[in-house]
Amino acid sequence: MPTSCEPAEVSGTPLPGVAGTGQPRRRSRRLTDKSAGALFLVSSLLSAVVLLGILLFLLHYGVRTFSEVPVTRFLFGTTWNPDAYGEPAFGLIPLLVGSFLTTLIALVIAVPLGIASAILISERLKGWVRITTKTLVELFAGFPSVVLGFFGLVVLAPFIAHLFHVPSGLNLLNAGVLLGFMSLPTIISVSDDALRVVPHSYREAAYALGATPWTTAFQIVLPAARSGILAAVMLGFGRAVGETMVVLMVAGNAAIIPHSLFDPIRTITSTIAIELGESAFGSAHYYSLFALGCVLFIIALGTNLVAESLIKRERRSFTL
Amino acid sequence: MTGHAPTPGRQLRRTRFASNYGFWLLGIPLALFIAFILLMFFYLFRNGLSVMSWRFLTQPPLNGMTEGGIWPCIVGTVLVTFVSLVFSVPIGVFSAIYLSEYASNNFLTRAIRSSIRSLAGIPSIVYGLFGVALFVSALKLGLSILASGLTLGLMNLPWIITTAEEAISAIPGSFREGALALGTTKWEAIRHNVLPYAFPGILTGILLAVARTMGETAPILFTGVTYYTRQLPTSLSSKFMALPYHLFTLATQHDQMMKVRPIAFGTAIVLLVLVLIFDALAFVFRLRSAGSNKWQV
Amino acid sequence: MKKLITIAAIAALALGTTLVARELMVKGSDTLLNLVQNLAEAFSAAQPDVTVSVTGGGSGVGINAIMSNETDIADASRSIKSKEISTARANGVNPTEYVIAIDGVCIIANASNPVEKLTIEQLGQIYQGKIANWNAVGGPNKKVSLYGRQPSSGTFVYVRDEAVKAEYAASMRQMNGNAQIVEGVKADEGGIGYVGVGYAREAGIKVLSLSKDGTNYYSPLDKASVDAGTYPLARPLFQYTNGKAKGDAKTFIEFELSAAGQKIVADQGFYPVTEGFQAKNEAKLQ
Repeated sequence: MPTSCEPAEVSGTPLPGVAGTGQPRRRSRRLTDKSAGALFLVSSLLSAVVLLGILLFLLHYGVRTFSEVPVTRFLFGTTWNPDAYGEPAFGLIPLLVGSFLTTLIALVIAVPLGIASAILISERLKGWVRITTKTLVELFAGFPSVVLGFFGLVVLAPFIAHLFHVPSGLNLLNAGVLLGFMSLPTIISVSDDALRVVPHSYREAAYALGATPWTTAFQIVLPAARSGILAAVMLGFGRAVGETMVVLMVAGNAAIIPHSLFDPIRTITSTIAIELGESAFGSAHYYSLFALGCVLFIIALGTNLVAESLIKRERRSFTL
Repeated sequence: MTGHAPTPGRQLRRTRFASNYGFWLLGIPLALFIAFILLMFFYLFRNGLSVMSWRFLTQPPLNGMTEGGIWPCIVGTVLVTFVSLVFSVPIGVFSAIYLSEYASNNFLTRAIRSSIRSLAGIPSIVYGLFGVALFVSALKLGLSILASGLTLGLMNLPWIITTAEEAISAIPGSFREGALALGTTKWEAIRHNVLPYAFPGILTGILLAVARTMGETAPILFTGVTYYTRQLPTSLSSKFMALPYHLFTLATQHDQMMKVRPIAFGTAIVLLVLVLIFDALAFVFRLRSAGSNKWQV
Repeated sequence: MKKLITIAAIAALALGTTLVARELMVKGSDTLLNLVQNLAEAFSAAQPDVTVSVTGGGSGVGINAIMSNETDIADASRSIKSKEISTARANGVNPTEYVIAIDGVCIIANASNPVEKLTIEQLGQIYQGKIANWNAVGGPNKKVSLYGRQPSSGTFVYVRDEAVKAEYAASMRQMNGNAQIVEGVKADEGGIGYVGVGYAREAGIKVLSLSKDGTNYYSPLDKASVDAGTYPLARPLFQYTNGKAKGDAKTFIEFELSAAGQKIVADQGFYPVTEGFQAKNEAKLQ
């Protein structure tokens, strides 16, 4: 990248018609240049600091929980009931299980579908068909989650209740299915990127040996892209675990460890959404929500960093 | 070798058929998914069309919100998104300029890039939590369109930075070198020879960020949105109504749930249409910036 | 160009800061939400220079907001607890209570359910999860499906303290509002739920009569038994302000308690304030 140059110096008399080559003008241009550079540096430092700031804020408030609630009870407690009739309980486990199970169902749906679709899009579709399909998929990526939750409430819930003969369609299954739809576009587009990064020479070598596109895709390209595909799954996981509105509307919101797909559950995200407004500022309940936020933050950050390193690993594996 | 081994020609045709057939199989789940999306759009539009009218878009809710329109929600959503952009676009674009033009490839830069990319994966409710703690409580902004806008701004900052950085980096170095060779300062080179060409790409990122921000509910939930307010927000400290929250409350809290169901559908349609408009605009600008590979020599 | 638009917009918003309309914030109970929203609409018609903004979330949200002095009026369907009062006082807030309507919490079941009445004890057992099938209370052989609210709800706390007197069953679905409970019970033949009386007059659900002792059963749809308190789950609906209501908050509460306001209360399905409460209100509105 070219580094900055000093503003040009013109020796001798300035040429007629060429303005602004005297000393003061050069100084002001240099000043503008330096201040612009400083502005950009400050902006990017600010942006970088946001992540750290959020983490520190969450930690700062989150650890105050533990002055009233023992850490072990938080991390390993099996009841979450801060507004209990009796003793309040701040156990993370039911919420963690709720988040984990909904995400698991989401991935069970979205991973096979997503990878299959990505293979089709990257290996087989060409031209405008490919662009249209990719656009449609990416369009859905920006779909407002509250509309999906609304759809889950008015269409999917009665459907599930009717199909499986269960009393209510507001349960783990409903939330899992909808989260699957939400993470599908992420998995498709990141997998597609991962497959596209595989050098064409791999495919050409396979064709030269007589392999069909199908065999090439599954036995050559997919394994070569496996780190990137895994990254896609992780990003899909991150998307699903962080979703709030869908879960709030359709999961039934009972903080229990479910025994069946048709039990209501709560996730970490919906718990924060439900309880943040009513927890008194400065109470253990208030701080415990920040502790939940920390857990969520760490999970999301962890999956993102792992995904990033996997993508880098895939790209590196192709550069000899 | 005895037996009925297929001739090479037939075997080849079979494997090729299997290959094509296989890909068609792969296409089924994708087709079903796309069909589901389209069906969902169709279902929402069909149920909400009955309330759609110019009056619906321009009137406030009336008669216990069972009649009238959703004008304050549209205004609220647009305004809070705008406030978020006022914060995130300058900082985002400037950060992107720094990262692509000034930053050297050292550990600090890689850490900055990594942390910005990680920000994009943080759940929206965490931003809401942070927004309540920082903007509403600590900075004493209270429940306001400003607090919500800042929270949303933090959320869309990473999206704007990543797309802007991509757009700026896509401009070949020769553009800058040509300017510098003529004696410009670095900033002048960027301003005149890079940014104007990166503009469509940057704009694409901003438009995509707008589309996604308008649909977000969690960050505004505790920072300023209300169930009902008769007036439009008059200042940065006003409360506001918003389309996604309106949909949520009409679906879960309004007492005449069935009566307002068409309005809920109508709200969903308006929100979707707004999101689609900005997605479409972003697509148009992306085509314009991708199509201008005229500078790829 | 972009810069110009940005600057113009910021200037417009900043200018708007100087033209602030008077804002009155009312926050809290979901039971009161639609009632207060209707009152706010009517109030705004009479007083166009005051902007009333109404938000729900549950009584807990409202009380929390008034404790931190973040709202002008808090809606609550349960009374403020003494612990909350002391926290408020520590923040320099002196909560003052007004009663703006009377409610009889309705226990609703699916319209197809033949059960007509329950004792408070049976209700408690059902919501604790100890009675799991409708046939134990004279109904069909169907599993009981519990619908309730979230812990932020005043009704959640009220029903738990008055009827359940223990923890709710963990499997109770925690809906986001009264309306969602109604929709859930409508669709679920084994469903049971608790909602404010303003939400209970709907097709598809039936309201059960309750009894304290098993001899006399009362219905919340009967105004006389709610007013007299013979209906076991009759309760006042509150609004809290910081200190005595003043300014726009005072005007709004006075409007709510006026004939026009109380008519809206009745239209919304709740019951007007009884004389005893009205006298207390007036003392605090001096």
